[in-house]
Amino acid sequence: MTGTAVSTSAQARRRAAAADVWLFPGLLLLLILAAIVAAGIGAAGIPLSRLPAALGLATSASDPVLLARDQLVLWSIRLPRIAMAGTIGALLAAGGTIMQGLFRNPLADPALVGVSSGGALAAAATIVIGDRLLSGIALPFEMLPAAAFIGALATTLLLHAIATTSGRTSVAVFLLAGLAISALAGAALGLLVFIADDRQLRDITFWMLGSLGGATWNKAAVLTPFLLALLVLIPAIARGLDLMVLGEAEAFHMGVEVERLKRLSIVLVSAMTGAAVSFAGVIGFVGIVVPHLLRLAIGPGHRRLLPASACAGAILLLLADTAARTLAAPAEVPIGVLTALVGAPFFLVLLLRQRGLVGL
Amino acid sequence: MSALLEAQALSVRINGKALLDSVSLAVEAGESVALVGPNGAGKATLLRALSGEIAASGGAIRLKGRALHTYRPRALALHRAMLSQSVSVSFPFTVAEVVRMGAADMRSTAVDAQVDAALSEVDLSGFQNRIINTLSGGEQLRAHFARVLVQLACGEVLHGPGLLLLDEPTASLDLRHQLDLLAAIRRRAEQGSTIVTVVHDLNLAVLLARRVIVLGRGRIEADGPPQHSITDDVLERVFGVARAVDRFPQPGLPFVLPHGARRTAQAG
Repeated sequence: MTGTAVSTSAQARRRAAAADVWLFPGLLLLLILAAIVAAGIGAAGIPLSRLPAALGLATSASDPVLLARDQLVLWSIRLPRIAMAGTIGALLAAGGTIMQGLFRNPLADPALVGVSSGGALAAAATIVIGDRLLSGIALPFEMLPAAAFIGALATTLLLHAIATTSGRTSVAVFLLAGLAISALAGAALGLLVFIADDRQLRDITFWMLGSLGGATWNKAAVLTPFLLALLVLIPAIARGLDLMVLGEAEAFHMGVEVERLKRLSIVLVSAMTGAAVSFAGVIGFVGIVVPHLLRLAIGPGHRRLLPASACAGAILLLLADTAARTLAAPAEVPIGVLTALVGAPFFLVLLLRQRGLVGL
Repeated sequence: MSALLEAQALSVRINGKALLDSVSLAVEAGESVALVGPNGAGKATLLRALSGEIAASGGAIRLKGRALHTYRPRALALHRAMLSQSVSVSFPFTVAEVVRMGAADMRSTAVDAQVDAALSEVDLSGFQNRIINTLSGGEQLRAHFARVLVQLACGEVLHGPGLLLLDEPTASLDLRHQLDLLAAIRRRAEQGSTIVTVVHDLNLAVLLARRVIVLGRGRIEADGPPQHSITDDVLERVFGVARAVDRFPQPGLPFVLPHGARRTAQAG
């Protein structure tokens, strides 16, 4: 009797472990395929046959002028953009996953509850007000991620303070407060638009709609440490986030240092969201769609969900960005508009299915 | 000071309201204690204070001879486990995954046997792969009880018999599973664990434990064997119920069947 019972639990775990063996290689393969598609397609197309040569992986027998053009397009436009799209997709999806675990709420997404807007507002304020105070001095481009991080952090802390009473976070208050904060940040952004000059206006519009158009290797390099921080911290927060689904009190009873976990997660989400927003603007719904689909496929345990979200987020944003720059070529559809077009209906369906949980 | 769990002049005030007022109690290793009292008497507050979840405003709590507040959460979780009253799981974890959360190292293969043993003890053996949210209230509660049993067992492997705190674990259970749960609690006490259980039903409390503590308005009103703590006098004073205590025919234990509320009982 006990013998068969032991084997069922062990068997279930072995099955999950066997699935794990395929999960990450599979996701990485998809990521590489998405990158190849993104590298080849665009205003100046590079057919698959010319791609190895342009990458320097093979010697080319073709026209050297064509090769030079391919290399220029690939190395100074496509590849930095691929690197940025992948990194930002990973940061947004993993940020959503962490926030949902922390607030025990599958509908929490940094973009939806105003954390991205808070970051965008701080970045926009830096552009407009920084320009006025330091007229003539070019701001170092790292200033914007720093400002966006501070804006995102302040917004997350405010949201947490509003939605939490005596250790319990109300899902409904959380979403509604997020809505109010989003509206407030939107109004403040509108005010900045009103006082901005033409060049500032273009920059701010870019934040409000979201775009990967300004991708450079430098920006991709600035984003990398945020992704590394996430990967390094996953083991430290995964069990805590799992136990948090039972509530803060239960997590404490099972040995989680709840306040430490919350501080770490909030700073991490704010930093990741701030970094993503500062270079690509507000791109919503990646942080909701990706973790939700993955939870259905691989279960809600954060030890696998977090790295898988990062991977799948990178794939999704790479594909979305490729679509954004080819659908209306040579013009670009703002990627934030595109993700909202797909993600908002998805969110509504999710909301209807979670109605009981939200208590609305 | 041989008591495993000891509270001295424990007071808890929240927002200026005194929820516990100078509560002192000592529970020996291997002892099982039932905690009863009317609504708002401070039973849950006392349990949460004893678990370390809420800080005392006055007095001291010692667990295994060491001040409770000096334990880090991770270390404390290896010495005491607690089951709260209503636990909801917000993501689709399976029953086995939730029960496994009780173990500090969730990936260890040694935990498999403990998870299966706990699930069979709460009569959920076939439920490993069910999503916990899809279970009935009573089944979910049993799954969480299994999780707490795994936590207790994991801690006891490392540090010897520990403390188990249960807040109304029988509340949503049917009759048979109530009795199963009482039996599981008694087995743990026989194996040396120390158990404090908040029980709503006075008759269940009497069946469960050889010592019943009656809490009223944040103070201990009676503490001792059921024959001494569940009496007409105590029930009238604390619960506002008159002429309620009868005797079980055989073991001579008190049996509560209220005839009506005391006329002078306070509202609420």
